[in-house]
Amino acid sequence: MSIELIESDKQVIEWFAAGKVEDFPVDAGVAVKYKDTQLAVFYFSDSNKWYASQNLCPHKLEMALSRGLIGSEGEEPKVACPFHKKTFSLKTGACLSGDELEISTYAVKIEDGIVKIGITE
Amino acid sequence: MSSIHLNANKATILVVGNGMTGYKFCEKFVDKGLMEQYNLVVFGEEPWAAYDRVHLTDYYTGTDVHDLKMAPRSWYEDNGITLITSDPVVNINRDEKQITSSRGHQLNYKYLVLATGSAAFVPPVPGIDKTGVFVYRTIEDLDNIKSYIKDKKDAVVIGGGLLGLEAAKALMDDGLKTSIIEFAPRLMPRQLDETGGSVLKQKLEDLKLEVKLNKSSKLVLGNGSVTGIEFADGEVHNTDVIVVSAGIRPRDELARQCGLQLGERGGILTTPDTLTSDSSIFAIGECALIHNMIWGLVAPCYDMADVAVKRIAGEEAEFSPADLSTKLKLIGVDVASFGDVFGEGDGRKELVYENKATGNYKKLFVSEDGSKLLGGILVGDAADYNTLFQLYSNEMKLPENLDSLLFTSDGGGLEFNVLDLADDAVICSCENITKGNIVTAIEEGDLTNIGQIKKCTKAGTGCGGCAPMLNDLMDAVLKASGKEVKKVICEHFAYTRQELYDLVKVEDIKDFSDLIHKHGKGQGCELCKPLAASLFASIYNTPVPQQSAIQDTNDRFLANIQRGGSYSVVPRIPGGEITPDKLIVIGEVAKKYELYTKITGGQRIDLFGAKVHELPLIWEELIAAGFESGHAYGKSLRTVKSCVGSTWCRYGQQDSVSFAIEIENRYKGLRSPHKLKGGVSGCIRECAEARGKDFGIIATEKGYNLYVCGNGGANPVHAVLLATDIDAATTIKYLDRFLMYYIKTAGPLTRTAKWLAQLEGGIDHLKEVVIDDSLGLCAQLENDMQGLVDTYQCEWRTAVENPQHRSQYRHFINSEEDGSSLKFIPMRGQKRPADWVKEEDPIAIGVGVSS
Ligand code: SRM
Ligand SMILES: Cc1cc2nc3c(=O)[nH]c(=O)nc-3n(C[C@H](O)[C@H](O)[C@H](O)COP(=O)(O)OP(=O)(O)OC[C@H]3O[C@@H](n4cnc5c(N)ncnc54)[C@H](O)[C@@H]3O)c2cc1C
Ligand code: SF4
Ligand code: FES
Repeated sequence: MSIELIESDKQVIEWFAAGKVEDFPVDAGVAVKYKDTQLAVFYFSDSNKWYASQNLCPHKLEMALSRGLIGSEGEEPKVACPFHKKTFSLKTGACLSGDELEISTYAVKIEDGIVKIGITE
Repeated sequence: MSSIHLNANKATILVVGNGMTGYKFCEKFVDKGLMEQYNLVVFGEEPWAAYDRVHLTDYYTGTDVHDLKMAPRSWYEDNGITLITSDPVVNINRDEKQITSSRGHQLNYKYLVLATGSAAFVPPVPGIDKTGVFVYRTIEDLDNIKSYIKDKKDAVVIGGGLLGLEAAKALMDDGLKTSIIEFAPRLMPRQLDETGGSVLKQKLEDLKLEVKLNKSSKLVLGNGSVTGIEFADGEVHNTDVIVVSAGIRPRDELARQCGLQLGERGGILTTPDTLTSDSSIFAIGECALIHNMIWGLVAPCYDMADVAVKRIAGEEAEFSPADLSTKLKLIGVDVASFGDVFGEGDGRKELVYENKATGNYKKLFVSEDGSKLLGGILVGDAADYNTLFQLYSNEMKLPENLDSLLFTSDGGGLEFNVLDLADDAVICSCENITKGNIVTAIEEGDLTNIGQIKKCTKAGTGCGGCAPMLNDLMDAVLKASGKEVKKVICEHFAYTRQELYDLVKVEDIKDFSDLIHKHGKGQGCELCKPLAASLFASIYNTPVPQQSAIQDTNDRFLANIQRGGSYSVVPRIPGGEITPDKLIVIGEVAKKYELYTKITGGQRIDLFGAKVHELPLIWEELIAAGFESGHAYGKSLRTVKSCVGSTWCRYGQQDSVSFAIEIENRYKGLRSPHKLKGGVSGCIRECAEARGKDFGIIATEKGYNLYVCGNGGANPVHAVLLATDIDAATTIKYLDRFLMYYIKTAGPLTRTAKWLAQLEGGIDHLKEVVIDDSLGLCAQLENDMQGLVDTYQCEWRTAVENPQHRSQYRHFINSEEDGSSLKFIPMRGQKRPADWVKEEDPIAIGVGVSS
């Protein structure tokens, strides 16, 4: 069992079970339905790390981030929105391509082969 | 009204106006370290933080408001500046040194800086206040124009100057029949001479812009809304929209209200130290009248901001008359003028070049002894503007052979090395950055690209006109210091695309993680991953579905993503030929999945609006009917367009359809640095527009002429002749070689035309390689291509037959719902996605789980 917490000062109020590890794509993202909204979950095989964020791109409000390419900028893991290639840190949610945009990111942990997302308020 | 918190121990500097100049003042103020000493409060009338007005037309054509910002709001906050927008200052009490804003803020200042800019001048023509008359100065103006013209057909722009032309082009590009009305007898009367003006007029007319000169407007017609305009000569011109661009008027109303001295014809009277008649009040930018002039360009406005900041810091500084050289951007016709183009100074010589066929016109003024360039006008081809401008502004000695000044870009004489410029030669006049500044920055900061130069020195961040010069300078400095000038892919791979191509091939690397472990670092990114995918495909024909995680979104799902997140489906229709049965299948599939259908510009049919989970289902049906992927989503061969040719056409020399189909089938699926398009025309009438393609074949009596490296798109380029009267087999042989050579050597996302432009030796070199085999590569190139042709597979077939790949075609991993945020609205019997939400400022950020 590995637990990967992201830096966050927010309180996790629920660990949401999103699905089985083997169903998630490797080195890519996928959308997860949570209540009435959508999250994106990403798995980096090289560092064996999981990240989660909102699926909504704040730029043109498209449900798209899960379909974006992932990678790194320096030490920062990131996702590039497929629409206009705005990039966001998967750790802090900050926009790395210089816009006044931001996304919410969430902690992820793996328990008994299940991917769990740490929902905050 | 929110309250403003200021440090009571510091004096306050108040800036009125958050336009380009007001912003620049803040930036220089911060850089000077003055925030230690003062509170800085800025009042802006517009709802936005300062944006780049110079590139306003980019906003009109789709650039995001945010990309236009001079700096995000957080920049002001981070630097301790109080920015209040949507709140114009309405009163200045000079005795109390106090201002009042429209929302009731009252603040005292130590120094007041007026940066209120200017407003568009609207001539007092009766009826000019009717609905449908606009000016072109702010984001709001553009929003108003955009929403008004939706159902309109005709537009008139009053004013044929720099801005008027820019506005006219934007309206025309929006589909309106547009006319430019100019009061003077020629266009751009302040920059061009008579011949220049008339050459420009011809060029604009070729672009389908109507130009009417010598017209003074008498009356705007219409009952409430504009329906037309009547001129003094009695002519009536019907129109739905009028955009006025007849000059600017300084915004001096506040200065007037508080009794500052104004110029006779307006403008805040200001001395070269940027002080007004009140020694606590500065005026900078387009509101200031300095040296008896309103300076309507950013570069001098920025200079004034600099002077004001220095004065406040207690330094000496003066604004000196600036150069008003201009280069017209955007219109699709190059126009530039610099130096003194009208002054009939004694003893100067004119060099004139005019090509009536191409509509190129150049006029240069040199000193009597021919040693110095004094000014010039360029219309049609302003490629040499930067070089000439440097010669002029640095008073450099001219070459003996003055003709070379006129014929530079045609490959002729003028050898100009940027390194020859004096260190104090100004390269970026907007930011006043010299060659010395830039060279030092490159050397000390180890800079290797333009983005870094911009960040470090701010050069190139204003009008952007100096970008080519920066590029040259960067290359020259690196070369001189013995460093290789190398266009590396990204932070993860310190190689050029060509080097990586060779590494992949020689070391037989077949997947990304291998590649990055061996030759890169980090985790990759949106630049290197698709590039590697393209290399694997170009070298091994690896089917895309095998490595979907490193593909660009469109390749990952083998379809183009659209607004709203739906996808389009484009089956291949080689050469544009299709049987009625296949047409019926397309119709049936489209109907079943409710797809919007459209004939594309590439002679085939696009089905829009498919949801991600429908893609494999749709393709299964299409494949069963004999269709294959059209690769409309990939950097790969798209279409080979054909004309009907000799089978039906009375002029046809060869069967262009059969040949186009043969060629399209040969190269289908071929992955390349950028997309590839071809065309085959049956005769010189060129109905297939083959010369607008990456490769074009035009039938002759004896065989075919082969053209290469053309494209349409944003910068159309005609393909150039590679070989004449060759037979079909030779055509294919040359094409194999040409395409493989391009695929091996081009930079990422470089189309053939740009590649050729950068290729040392140009088309002659290409001919030597492809026809004369000067590099001894031909056998290899042909062999590589044959390998690709032989291993082709329709990747959509591979995708639908591969359960693992197929499983990614669902929106959610934990729900069967389609999850798309799609909303469609009906249109002409079909449907289209709803419009993108319009952004407020500031935009809703961090929309998270709860929304
Ligand atoms: C569908 C089509 C417009 C139409 O309705 O006619 C189209 C649609 C798109 N074009 Fe195009 N182009 C289409 C013909 C053209 C043509 C005309 C032609 O091929 O003869 C051109 C100019 C010719 C040329 O390319 O030289 C053209 C020049 C571009 C460019 C500019 C390329 C350039 O080098 O400047 C882009 C942008 C790019 O590739 O980076 C582009 C990009 C696009 C994209 C892929 C934009 C995108 O990334 O979403 C559009 C995808 C729509 C979609 O969702 O499917 N499209 N595009 C045409 C599809 C042709 C086909 O059957 O495959
Ligand atoms: C479409 C277009 C294209 C252009 N292209 C070029 C080009 O290619 N090259 C070039 O050099 N120049 C160009 N210009 C000119 C350039 O934009 C101006 O020189 C520059 O913007 C002047 O800056 P400014 O800050 O002095 O004025 P502005 O940018 O007009 O800013 C003044 C600001 O002050 C605000 N204001 C006014 N009164 C008050 C008040 N009482 N209280 C608070 N706020 C107030 C205004 O609302 C405005 O936001 C172009 C201009 C336009 C419109
Ligand atoms: S189809 Fe082509 S020209 Fe039309 S909007 Fe899209 S990219 Fe632009
Ligand atoms: S919608 Fe995501 S970058 Fe534009």
